[in-house]
Amino acid sequence: MKRLIGLFAALLFSVNVVASDVAPDVLVKNVTNEVLDIVRKDKDIQAGNTKKTLELVEAKVLPHFNFQRMTQLALGREGRQATPEQLRVLTGEFRDLLVRTYSKALTEFRDQEISFKPFKMAATETDVKVRTEIKQTGGKPAQLDYYLEKNAAGWKVYDIEVGGISLVTNYRSTFAQEIRAGGIDGLIRSLQEKNKTADARAK
Amino acid sequence: MAYDMNPKNIGARIRSAVIVVALAGSLGGCATSGNPKDPIEGFNRAVYGFNEAVDTVLIKPVAQGYDAVLPTPVRTGVTNFFGNIADLFIGVNNLLQGKPDQAVSDLGRVLINSTVGILGLFDVATEAGLEKHEEDFGQTFGRWGVGNGAYVVVPIFGPRTVRDTAGLVLDVAVDPLANIGNVPTRNSLLGLRLVDTRADLLPADKVIEEAALDKYSYVRDGYLQRRRNLVHDGNPPRELLD
Repeated sequence: MKRLIGLFAALLFSVNVVASDVAPDVLVKNVTNEVLDIVRKDKDIQAGNTKKTLELVEAKVLPHFNFQRMTQLALGREGRQATPEQLRVLTGEFRDLLVRTYSKALTEFRDQEISFKPFKMAATETDVKVRTEIKQTGGKPAQLDYYLEKNAAGWKVYDIEVGGISLVTNYRSTFAQEIRAGGIDGLIRSLQEKNKTADARAK
Repeated sequence: MAYDMNPKNIGARIRSAVIVVALAGSLGGCATSGNPKDPIEGFNRAVYGFNEAVDTVLIKPVAQGYDAVLPTPVRTGVTNFFGNIADLFIGVNNLLQGKPDQAVSDLGRVLINSTVGILGLFDVATEAGLEKHEEDFGQTFGRWGVGNGAYVVVPIFGPRTVRDTAGLVLDVAVDPLANIGNVPTRNSLLGLRLVDTRADLLPADKVIEEAALDKYSYVRDGYLQRRRNLVHDGNPPRELLD
């Protein structure tokens, strides 16, 4: 048994080493290509199977996201008044909202071609921006940028910008408005409400 | 299709647009809600509601039908055709912003696409390596250092700021389509462009519906971030986050 645990720990450790060894631009490229490949081949997803898309995003994309950091960024200074428990619930609800938005965007824009911009970083850097572009017919290519931060578990995405619009900080003034009106709990309720109606629609 | 560049008419058009905007400003003066970027939020929400209603009953259904009926290559041709006309003043704005290289590239695009690209229906210039740009007078003012001013929702045109509304007035005044002498031709082309633009936005629309807690503020904040990004040509200085 002890040996088994040891083996497990070693495995976990090696997985972590591998994850943090992957350069951030390579990580973004691999995940993007893998996910788009699946989406383009899967008939169910193309037919609008929301559940299957969500499962794909959960399995392939989520492990590379840092939702705690995202929630803190969206809250800004208003977040200081939240208790750890409120933060935990808030992070979970916000995560669901972002995952659904991301899945929706993935299905809507699946046929667009994505190109990866040249990337350079110093070996000591722990906070980087990886730039990609979505080709659009009849328009200027849309920027799709990922912000990543390195922690013990490797590089994690903490913000995504589409055409310069941050999917995370774009919530800041809405969140502030909700908190002013009903406190942190009011914001949690609004997010739960939003997620519930979306779930009902998906079924 | 006489292009009416009579300065007197342009002057008159600018004057009437200025009056509309000024009126909007004075009407909204009394409604405040605390967001420093959106001092006339009460007024803006009302216009936003009006725009949404017009979109829901009229523009969006037509755009959906258009999208469903036309094959993708035809739709792309229409978007390219209007994009080619727009490239002319994108070039002018790049020149005004002190970017002659980009202005030359924009002019090159118009020349290539109008000829080889058959009246702009095919965007061969992009294939040839001349990338499309996105510029307008609002961005030019921003480049010159003019601040945003308050957020304003303009009837039909949608989100703007005071600066971008001034830009919009100029954009419309010099718009080649809006200056076509034959009124039925002008209106048909303006209508087609509106529907085509709206159809291009249908996918983004679904994502916003999914994402927004309060669609009004989501669209507002997205617009402000987007414009900031555009004024800095895709490389805005990072905003300090606390």
